[in-house]
Amino acid sequence: MKGDLKIALVGNPNTGKSTLFNSLTGLNQKVGNFPGVTVDKKIGYCKLFDGRKAQIIDLPGTYSLYPKSKDECIVMETLVDERNTAHPDLIIFIADATNLKRNLLLYTQVADLKIPIVLALNMMDLAIQSGIEIAIDALSSKLGVQVVPISARNDNGIDRLKQVIGYTGNISTQEDIIAVEELMPGLVEQVREVIPVRAPYAALQLTHQYEQLSFLSTVAKNRIQKIKETCSFHSQQVQAAEIIARYNFINDILFDTLRLKESAKRETWSNRIDQVLTHKVFGFFIFFGILFLIFQSIFAWSAYPMDLIKELFDHLRDFGHRLLPAGVLTNLLVDGVLAGLSGVLVFIPQIAILFGFISILEDTGYMSRVTFMMDKLMRKVGLNGKSVVPLVSGFACAVPSIMSTRNIENWKDRMITILVTPLVSCSARLPVYTLLISLAVPSKRIGGMINMQGLALMAMYVLSIASAVVVAWLFKQVLRSRERGYFIMELPVYRMPRWNTIFLTVYQKVKTFVLEAGQVIIAVSIILWVLASYGPSDHQQRAEEVYQSAVYTKQYTAQEIEHLKASARLENSYAGILGRAMEPIIKPLGFDWKIGIALITSFAAREVFVGTMAVIYNVGTDESNSISIQEKMQSAKDISTGSPIFTPAVTWSLMIFYAFAMQCMSTLAIVYRETKSLKWPVIQFGYMTGMAYLASLVVYQLFK
Amino acid sequence: MKLSELEPGQSGIIEKFTDLEMSVKLMEMGCLPGEFIQVERIAPLGDPMAITVSGYQLSLRKREASTIILK
Repeated sequence: MKGDLKIALVGNPNTGKSTLFNSLTGLNQKVGNFPGVTVDKKIGYCKLFDGRKAQIIDLPGTYSLYPKSKDECIVMETLVDERNTAHPDLIIFIADATNLKRNLLLYTQVADLKIPIVLALNMMDLAIQSGIEIAIDALSSKLGVQVVPISARNDNGIDRLKQVIGYTGNISTQEDIIAVEELMPGLVEQVREVIPVRAPYAALQLTHQYEQLSFLSTVAKNRIQKIKETCSFHSQQVQAAEIIARYNFINDILFDTLRLKESAKRETWSNRIDQVLTHKVFGFFIFFGILFLIFQSIFAWSAYPMDLIKELFDHLRDFGHRLLPAGVLTNLLVDGVLAGLSGVLVFIPQIAILFGFISILEDTGYMSRVTFMMDKLMRKVGLNGKSVVPLVSGFACAVPSIMSTRNIENWKDRMITILVTPLVSCSARLPVYTLLISLAVPSKRIGGMINMQGLALMAMYVLSIASAVVVAWLFKQVLRSRERGYFIMELPVYRMPRWNTIFLTVYQKVKTFVLEAGQVIIAVSIILWVLASYGPSDHQQRAEEVYQSAVYTKQYTAQEIEHLKASARLENSYAGILGRAMEPIIKPLGFDWKIGIALITSFAAREVFVGTMAVIYNVGTDESNSISIQEKMQSAKDISTGSPIFTPAVTWSLMIFYAFAMQCMSTLAIVYRETKSLKWPVIQFGYMTGMAYLASLVVYQLFK
Repeated sequence: MKLSELEPGQSGIIEKFTDLEMSVKLMEMGCLPGEFIQVERIAPLGDPMAITVSGYQLSLRKREASTIILK
């Protein structure tokens, strides 16, 4: 789809920018990527009254054109670089009418870039309620642009805004607010020789930010560097002077156009809520209550739809096998592709529930209070107040949790949260631990009260939190960041959540996950399926044929023979061969090649370990039979020495391995999608597997 | 007096900043010399603090607040 007119939405955070975007575009939007940063590029389309179609791009919210983070750089890059594909013909600047002074600072910066601009004053209803009177016409004539009062939440003024967009010409009407020539004489002329920028202020901005702008060539950067030196340009002093000059202009304008009738009521109401929600005792109590609710719902409520999806796909696979002719192609389609698809769709309930909650917390303004309360505690280990929600959700599943780190603004804090979240013991580890603990720990009670197996399980959970904290602290020392650790954050006034915004967020998150991470997950699961189902030449067939001899058919039932055959097929598959090849590497951990096979197959998801063990130890995977797997594993003996394989040392070593190792392709896929680079999933896979190997090595060598 | 030394409920008027880089960020957020500033509350663990400035609330760490000198 192409638009006739490109429009960019620019404004401060918390001004209702996404609400306006949603009401202009509805479901007619898509999420793309900005190169090099992690913010999503949200593009939507809107039909204007004159029949033209406008392409609307939602730029990240920022307080100033001087970016605090890499994500905010996008605003500058898009607005200054005329060859950028998203460079707008028109800007809709959205300002919070209840906090006009601060909002106008960014407005004056953006206006000085000399792109046609329309000022939308949002939250007019709230401004009027709290006694703020704005003389719209006077403001419009003083700024030299169209000013449209709107209330995006109630859909008020949106039609008027569309009309105004329709007749706004393609030449900017605003006067220069800052006299760049007075601020830095001669600078504009020189910069224009390097890059022909339209607005004098764009030249000034380039001189400030040339180092981090990706559209400038090295030659251009070097030339600007020279200019900066010859003009003895001190970036921060010039910025400070500019900001003061802008506020002088804003104060002059607002003096004539803004009247405060009474002190703002809304603020005190919000303050009263804060006295409870950020209270020393109740504050934490309520917060942990909310965390518990989120945790419960992604753990428990999502189980029903997840089981439903799994069952549906099991039926589909049965159906496929019965309907389609037997053969490699059918196997690929049914056991490879359908199983992979099921592995993607099964995440949807958890993602939807978690993002439902998170967008309510964000939309009401509560999330910034969470940051406010938790900042001191989390900062010590290199995390952010907002890291608490992803970390706790990690107990259910790392995939939605990592997606939810998006609202951590600070790059370094976000990366550390992403890197350590998979260490938190997710629900897929539970079946693995249950099986292994039943092998290693006797089901005895200490003092008649405490069950030892329960204690062991709890120890694994405590270990997971402790390791996440320690690793976070280590990454805090290692990771370098050019961003200085600011924590100057707006505490927005509490508001009621908007259900359609929440619905759209959930819808977008699910869609992005299925379309982007889904591809990787399906591809990897097909590879894993091929590895576990096929082997070189007729290895598998010969291994199977052994069981057709009379020796076996007399001794075993038909079903038992099927299990023996399945086990022989797996042992002679490519995965079996890889398992054997891996044995020298994993031997020091106490693992044999059969465990090696399970390590390979459970890369799809940790719980697959149990299923693979069932196949290897000749137990059908169809019945619920963790008891029989447990018995078979318990009695498994090393053929050459006759000693049991699953000694407590091996079992604990295996549990520690699963606690730390990155045995989850879906998590890696989502980390790739969220960080937009291969570097981070590789680092994560490397450090987690390394840590798992060392820890298991120590455990096995100490206890064997 | 530094902003970080105020108790909840106390207020003052911004005189100047001691850190140039921080001052740019603070001014962008509406903390300008001459502006009235009031401490609303301090986080349960003692840091950061919440202040009201030019009609809205802002949260900042004590270390950052200590760069604001009040009249």
